[in-house]
Amino acid sequence: MKELQFDSAVIGGGAAGMAAALELSARGLSCAVIEREDELGGILMQCIHNGFGLIEFNEELSGPEFAQRLEEKVRSAAITPFCGATVIEVEDNGEHKVISCVSGAWGVIRIKARAVVLAMGCRERNRGNIRIPGSRPAGVFTAGLAQRLVNIEGYIPGKDVVIIGSGDIGLIMARRMSWIGCKVHAVVEILPYPSGLTRNIVQCLKDFGIPLYLSHLTTNIYGQDRVEGVEVTPIENGALMFDRSFRIPCDTVLLSVGLVPENELSRSLGIDLSPMTNGPWVDSTLMTSVPGVFACGNVLHVHDLVDFVVEEARRAGSFAADWLAGRRKDKELRVKAGSNVRYVTPGRLDPARDNKLYLRTLIVKNDAVLEVRLNNKTVRSQKKSHVQPSEMISFNLGPSELAAARESPDSVLEVSIL
Amino acid sequence: MKQGSDTFDVVIIGAGVSGANIARRLCSYELDVALVEKEADVSFGISKANSGIVHGGFHHGSKYLKARLEVLGASMFDRLKAELDFPFERCGIVVVALHEDEMRSVEQLYTQGVENGVIGIEMCSRERMLELEPKLSSDTVGGLYAPGGGIVEPYRFVFSLVENAQKNGLSLLTDYKVVQARRAGELWTVTAADGRAVQARYVVNAAGLFADEVSRIFGAEEYLVHARKGEYYLLDRQTKAKPDRVVFPVPTSVSKGMLIVPTVEGTVLIGPTATKVDDKEDCATTREELDTILKSARNMIPSISEGDVITSFAGIRSVIEEDFMIEASAKVPAFIHVAGIQSPGLTASPAIGEYVKDLLKKAGLRLVEKADFDPFVRKVPRAKDLSPFELDALIQKDPAYGELVCRCERVTEAEIVEAIRRGHTTLDGIKYFTRAQMGRCQGGFCTYKILKIIMRETGMKAGEITKRGGASTVLRGEL
Repeated sequence: MKELQFDSAVIGGGAAGMAAALELSARGLSCAVIEREDELGGILMQCIHNGFGLIEFNEELSGPEFAQRLEEKVRSAAITPFCGATVIEVEDNGEHKVISCVSGAWGVIRIKARAVVLAMGCRERNRGNIRIPGSRPAGVFTAGLAQRLVNIEGYIPGKDVVIIGSGDIGLIMARRMSWIGCKVHAVVEILPYPSGLTRNIVQCLKDFGIPLYLSHLTTNIYGQDRVEGVEVTPIENGALMFDRSFRIPCDTVLLSVGLVPENELSRSLGIDLSPMTNGPWVDSTLMTSVPGVFACGNVLHVHDLVDFVVEEARRAGSFAADWLAGRRKDKELRVKAGSNVRYVTPGRLDPARDNKLYLRTLIVKNDAVLEVRLNNKTVRSQKKSHVQPSEMISFNLGPSELAAARESPDSVLEVSIL
Repeated sequence: MKQGSDTFDVVIIGAGVSGANIARRLCSYELDVALVEKEADVSFGISKANSGIVHGGFHHGSKYLKARLEVLGASMFDRLKAELDFPFERCGIVVVALHEDEMRSVEQLYTQGVENGVIGIEMCSRERMLELEPKLSSDTVGGLYAPGGGIVEPYRFVFSLVENAQKNGLSLLTDYKVVQARRAGELWTVTAADGRAVQARYVVNAAGLFADEVSRIFGAEEYLVHARKGEYYLLDRQTKAKPDRVVFPVPTSVSKGMLIVPTVEGTVLIGPTATKVDDKEDCATTREELDTILKSARNMIPSISEGDVITSFAGIRSVIEEDFMIEASAKVPAFIHVAGIQSPGLTASPAIGEYVKDLLKKAGLRLVEKADFDPFVRKVPRAKDLSPFELDALIQKDPAYGELVCRCERVTEAEIVEAIRRGHTTLDGIKYFTRAQMGRCQGGFCTYKILKIIMRETGMKAGEITKRGGASTVLRGEL
């Protein structure tokens, strides 16, 4: 069994993993990137539509193009990628973390590193998670699996499609399936508003005349061998209106019903997870509850833009480098989700420097206000023309706004959307 | 006793757990045996979706054949596991009483178990119950403990039985739906929907839900097999509510109730409901029934959470009356009914194999032991059970053990290839053999990889691969 040693190791070679590794390498640290697919790029590789990179590169790229930009930098940096290698175990031996990964080419490799960045991404919620009753025929796919089958493998999952959930991948797939000659009959969303980005509603549904049923629940899937249709039921005041249920014939159901950070490895390391994000709880340096283990990207919380992922990952890499250089955190203040906020991350801030925060709201509202209170005193009140749960909100807080926290211990920062 | 390629001493109809046990038992004798199955793979009917329990032998009184075969069958599992390498564990069973008045039924179960000759069965106080199973509800007042009860993966059990029978000469014919039977001289001719035909001196009808139709086709006794649907939830292996033993409620007069099963593979199964259905292939789950399961399971273990659900499914039981119906036909010669095999059919199945062998002997079949009978199957190393050192050594021999296909259940390409080479070429067949697609992502990440491996290994085209045979094609073509 091969044993290798690096200053740092990144688990996952998608956008987050590559960006974190680049930062570590730029700080002169040796870095291994472990990726289970045969190439770097992660889920970006199957996202052949454009819209990536507007913030990061100031231009509109496809997923593979975005990945390629990062990959070229990785290849020319002192980074060692291990592709086709799946991590099966991470142990914390105090001084070192030991990552065991398995690959056909090398067998089991044990990689020792003093700092580890988790960048494993997320997985799709499936039929079982949302408990759609009915039969169990062929033809039910998660939207991401269908995307892989169409865009990379070149197969047609089905001809007559109903998409359950209006998450971004589902919307993108509505357009993609239309382009390959399939009929997309409906997108069914349980909530009264879409779960995906507004631009995707316009570009993927409206432009193709695909009906979007808001406040509707898929209450049954029919079909003995292959899907034959779905039953859709309107929701009014929180109740299912079964007398108005209708049936949409189809041979394929795509599910776009949310993403879950993939934290099985984190859990096996004993890392504390947040029930709100399903990702690790992290401090102001994006370090998890296990010292020397950092997290970024969709394994930390589900982002809606890869540009944000890269931004966050770069900071994680930089913090990991600081930590390896012996820098330990100073006093931190606690961050709390206030009114109408589902979560805000990270859970701790350093009042002595600039901090970036990401949050998701629970409400849809025009002319909203982002209110930040430190120890019950408002330190920021910022107008937001429109907020909705599907669009992540990010903002920075610097030493001037957090000054009060430097004097009083146990300071609490509460972030609300009003 | 070779009589030509399509003439057999015994043809068994139905490759569920009964048919598979009968087939393996008969293959230990100098006999030509065929097993015919209407589905694309074995164990695709009743045997694939049930609680996977080796019962404790206390649920039924000894006046029932099913109770006698249950106790005998349960005792045979240890040896079968040693020979056939399928997941089985005697984790024990507890029956939980949540009210004082339920303790009377518990006493009855205890007495029944003792009368049935069950070893180690124990009446328990509240303290003993909570010591055995600390996650039980604080409402627990007492219960029963049967340490010999266990858990088994039913489809893997059937796969192993059939594989071993094939090793000992069994002919397996899948996609073989019996539509016609004729008797001429001493021989039955059994014809399938696609025109294939086999001849047999004896026929065993182990057709499960369709045993009544098969009986009619042979002109044998008229009876009706009723379908009873049971719905289940499967919980993630990370659930905090996983018990160490199978947890039963106190049964009612009609049902053993909904149980909580820590499966051999580490997940948790809750269910089943019991609903009479008209359509024997109605495996649809319903909102109402699924809600009932969660509620009932939480009565016993309150920490069971909806968030742990990874999938739901339904299985069908075949019911004639209260008991199994295993007997030679009085109407037509050389025809044995194995029908109405409801719970505890899986537990009883090894004993059913013995029992049917004896019935055939009584009906005149000559049994000569096969000198070279090999009771073992070739073991498949499973990556998830290996230490990193063992896995590394295996990869050096076969690099396909280094290609992880299913990350949730840690299944490698080598195991998928092995499944295909052993005849499991549908997505479900591969799932039951390897567990790939069975974990928390339910195939979201590995399905495309498995499809590609099937194409490579079998030469099938994308549009030909099915979920479980028939018209269940997964893809609609290529771009």
